[in-house]
Amino acid sequence: MAATHVNPTRMELTRLKRKLQTALRGHKLLKDKRDELMRQFLELVRENKALREKTEKALHSANQNFMLARAGMQEEALNTAMLAPKQEIQIETGVRNVMSVEVPVFHVTTRTPDTNDMFSYGFAFTSSDLDDAVQSLAACLPDLLRLAEVEKSCQLMAAEIEKTRRRVNALEHVVIPQTQESIKYITMKLDENERSTQIRLMKVKDMMLEEAHHYKDASL
Amino acid sequence: MYKAAVIGDYDSIYGFAALGLDVWPTGDDPSETAHLFRRLCEDSYAVIYITEALAETLESEIARYRTAPLPAIIPIPGVSGNTGLGLRHVKRSVEQAVGSDIIFNDKNG
Repeated sequence: MAATHVNPTRMELTRLKRKLQTALRGHKLLKDKRDELMRQFLELVRENKALREKTEKALHSANQNFMLARAGMQEEALNTAMLAPKQEIQIETGVRNVMSVEVPVFHVTTRTPDTNDMFSYGFAFTSSDLDDAVQSLAACLPDLLRLAEVEKSCQLMAAEIEKTRRRVNALEHVVIPQTQESIKYITMKLDENERSTQIRLMKVKDMMLEEAHHYKDASL
Repeated sequence: MYKAAVIGDYDSIYGFAALGLDVWPTGDDPSETAHLFRRLCEDSYAVIYITEALAETLESEIARYRTAPLPAIIPIPGVSGNTGLGLRHVKRSVEQAVGSDIIFNDKNG
């Protein structure tokens, strides 16, 4: 018996059959979408993990260099050196469509064409440790930007995969079985009605014949 | 045109100024920090790097921007060391997508 009440009519049956067809088609499409998303996600997340481990290590050593630079310089001198940055990063964002998930793509442009042009201070009053530190940080900047792109993509795709998975499961385990059940219920009900009509007609025919020809008397 | 920002304690982030990223040092007041963070998210920043120590205190704020297309909020280790928060975030993505963690299994047993 169907979980929800359905009218056992032919119209309802046609409607349900059409619904089942749509559900099956949607289920197949969503399942394909989920599988492809998952494949791309796993690829991306592996890259994400590798990038993160790499940049974290690089940042760690850069931080150590900065600690060293800070220890060897007066705080005022350091603050002055960092006060007016020469370089500026501008990010142009685009959108890449991965299976209907819009993930960001970053194009980075720097203010001065030379990316190595980053020392915002004269070399006279700063220690060489600071130069090393800035250089080591600059070296991991491209990775950092790529990491931002990849990690954001992963987050967006993970959310989409979760949504798609829920939809697939809802169709597979709820909508499709329920519709099938309802269709079965209506078909059986209609068949049953037909049989009972048939029997009723036969019975009526019997009764009419009986009345017309007095079969009953003859048989007696 | 978007920019990139770095937020965290001054010692961890001042170097990024030389590279052309906007540096936003935070003070001791947590509510002010949260306010600053929210302002940066609404501003024209495509990427916001945040130190792991600070990210830990702003977890709920960060979660709000997870599904938004921009900005990308990326935890980075500060001078106080690596807390593993960044990798935990990646791990959470995997769990959300797959249902269980299949990438980091080999490492964490």
